[in-house]
Amino acid sequence: MRFRTIVVVAAALVAGGLAACGDSATGTATAVPAAPPAAALTVKDPWVKAVDSGMTAAFGTLVNNTGGDVTVVGASSPVSPVELHEMAMQDGAMVMRPRAGGLVIKAGGTHVLAPGGDHLMLMKPSAAIRPGDELKFTLTLGDGGTVSFSAVAKPFAGAGESYAPSAMASMAP
Amino acid sequence: MTLSRRHLLAGGTLGAGAGAVAGGLGVASLRAAPAPPDTAADFGTATVAYHGPRQSGVTTEPPAHAAFVAFTLPAGTDRRALGRMMRLLSDDAARLTRGEPALGDTDAELAVLPARLTVTFGFGPGLYRAAGVKSPVTDLPAFRVDRLGPQWSGGDLLLQICAEDPLTVTHAQRMLIKDARPFAAVRWVQRGFRRSPGVQRTGFTQRNVLGQLDGTANPTGAVLDAAVWRPDGSTTLVLRRIRAEIEKWDLLSVGDKENAVGRRMISGAPLSGTNEHDEPDFAALDGSGLPSMPEHAHVTRAHVTEPALKILRRPYNYDEAPNAAGQPDSGLIFAAYQADIVRQYLPIQQRLAEKDLLNEWITPIGSAVFAIPPGCAASGWVGEEVLS
Repeated sequence: MRFRTIVVVAAALVAGGLAACGDSATGTATAVPAAPPAAALTVKDPWVKAVDSGMTAAFGTLVNNTGGDVTVVGASSPVSPVELHEMAMQDGAMVMRPRAGGLVIKAGGTHVLAPGGDHLMLMKPSAAIRPGDELKFTLTLGDGGTVSFSAVAKPFAGAGESYAPSAMASMAP
Repeated sequence: MTLSRRHLLAGGTLGAGAGAVAGGLGVASLRAAPAPPDTAADFGTATVAYHGPRQSGVTTEPPAHAAFVAFTLPAGTDRRALGRMMRLLSDDAARLTRGEPALGDTDAELAVLPARLTVTFGFGPGLYRAAGVKSPVTDLPAFRVDRLGPQWSGGDLLLQICAEDPLTVTHAQRMLIKDARPFAAVRWVQRGFRRSPGVQRTGFTQRNVLGQLDGTANPTGAVLDAAVWRPDGSTTLVLRRIRAEIEKWDLLSVGDKENAVGRRMISGAPLSGTNEHDEPDFAALDGSGLPSMPEHAHVTRAHVTEPALKILRRPYNYDEAPNAAGQPDSGLIFAAYQADIVRQYLPIQQRLAEKDLLNEWITPIGSAVFAIPPGCAASGWVGEEVLS
């Protein structure tokens, strides 16, 4: 099985009323080849750190298939509120914090979300995220378009970075 | 030799070029030697396809190193958990065998040299019980010669990890265990080895730690396929850890060793013949009027004539640390693949357990059976027809 589920729902398609079809198609883990003409952003090799409770994060590689910059301004999931996070030096320590202005993926470029770097933070999962579970995500782009994908949960010991919800204090998750 | 071996190992990746190279070899060898080919790089990057109707690592030419890793499922494991586990492990295997890191691989740089890595999954009777599915395999009956220890026996899930390089095996083993352990406990690990790549011609019968050529009688070609594979692409594995009583073996003359086995030590030829692959002639008599093939020699007792009843031996040697007295802890990780254990493996093993001269010098200390489910397509995962 390749956990490379890539479902791109371009803004035009959403506007055209195909969102419902797209949603139902994400129920399986089968890789869905993106339609050749419009795949502004794809998510390669997505995965989530499995946790019994508390915060966790999703990772993968964002691939911009267009000739212009693409900005990810938000992320959501049915299982948890999600924030876009970055790792940054703050008061002499690396902490993670919400990323102001979203994630910009340069034209034709890639942006890696990885432990110790930028990631999608699951702020409060509603249930345990078990190894092998499949989680659905939707990214919102700067132009209002959305990108849906499915990520598998894996046991992972790392990615326990300190979280700094505000610029004033850091606190362990 | 070096060149052709190199291209053989590279398999599919260099397949298109191999014919041209072979055709031009005679000419090339007459010319001034060019810079030596970077054989090390080719061994390292060679791959064996993971996806397909049958799992790899069975009729695949066995590479030099292997780890057999067995797991025990905790009570209460259900089919859904097994499905989640196998989707993770099958995805890891697909990536690692391509020379790519697994998802969340913390040592990604160790994944880039697959060295013909294969990962083969086996399901023990306990996994089928947990899944609520009838098991295609059952534990072997006890044999008189068995001295089995629980530390080498049984198992609900097996990973057979093989590659030409031990560090590649180590990394794959580490990654797969990390993803398996939320679901199952490691029960035992057996690491084994054969000759390193390039030391012998591909397909050459290898020697075990007793010095015997081991695997001469293996089926090949269409006979191999028919003996090993079921129509659905599945097969079965019997894994036996067989200790070699080398200190006692050392006491024998070469002639005594050959009589115990029924083959010449140097050539592997049956005592009734002259070449390794001569069919043993059990009617032939020696100069004193006795059968050339001793009645209770290993080959005489293990011999199978009927093609459909043959088994595929795919053994690895083991050699652990000797004890304080210098006595070795060595032997064979005997891996036998066959379509049907009861029909093919059991009759052979029963004959050997009843009477085999070699029993004096070998002791089975571990035993396990596994069904090897079919392979999977790139969009699927191994075990999906049992667990989904």
